[in-house]
Amino acid sequence: MSAVCQTQECEVQATAPERGYITPEVNIFETQDNYVLQAEVPGVNKEGLEITVDNNVLTLIGRRPQNTEIPPTDLLYRESREADFRRSFELDRTIDSGRIGAKLEQGILTVTLPKVEKSKPRQITVS
Amino acid sequence: MILTKWQLPNRSCRPASTLQDELDQLFGQAFGRTRESVLSGWSPALDLYDNAEKTVVKAELPGLKKEDINISLQDGVLTVSGERKEEKEFETAETYRSERLLGRFQRSIRLPSPVETDKIKATYTDGVLTVTLPKTEAAKPKNIPVNVN
Repeated sequence: MSAVCQTQECEVQATAPERGYITPEVNIFETQDNYVLQAEVPGVNKEGLEITVDNNVLTLIGRRPQNTEIPPTDLLYRESREADFRRSFELDRTIDSGRIGAKLEQGILTVTLPKVEKSKPRQITVS
Repeated sequence: MILTKWQLPNRSCRPASTLQDELDQLFGQAFGRTRESVLSGWSPALDLYDNAEKTVVKAELPGLKKEDINISLQDGVLTVSGERKEEKEFETAETYRSERLLGRFQRSIRLPSPVETDKIKATYTDGVLTVTLPKTEAAKPKNIPVNVN
């Protein structure tokens, strides 16, 4: 099965087009038991994360808190973008969507997508 | 403000740039942005805040280790550099998508005014580096009273 079919990106329209979203960069790996998705969401904390699985579509949303430490009027030069992060992926049936796990560490969101038991390679011992 | 950058070529691969990237690049250039093309490696975004008391530089550096970030200040130019390494855990894993850029980066930014070099503070939270540089007394704005005769 080709790689992209497993966790395919799906063209889901942003629901708030007036503000727009940033598509975070992702890496997707396959280990023996899981698919692992890593997304770059700098500036997002745990409270700003929203991860949903609906109809086999995994949607990641990362909202950045307002900057309270220094007023935005003091901004002299900017390269970062203010918009929130959003990206959706279509999940293959070989993923057990009930056991999806996520962790956030220094701006990297790691989503673990476990494979359903029967799709794992099985060792058959010869008796 | 003068911005300089330097980068080693890196080995990371990135899929062909999207139309959105191309447009961002085009408009970025038109408005004097100095971020390099997506093909030339990792160039983290920098923001600069400035008020009467301090200058604050923020850099988006997701996924680094504290010890892999270097900050230096020389002749009024703040330089942030470092390296983002591949995680050992996935070195042998099958890779389906590889969009994150890895490798060395360096960004420099000229500060708008002199700062107290021994009072500079840096924090790294949620993948964002924040460097706070308090201004020297001489650099802080002075109020000049107007005398009316």
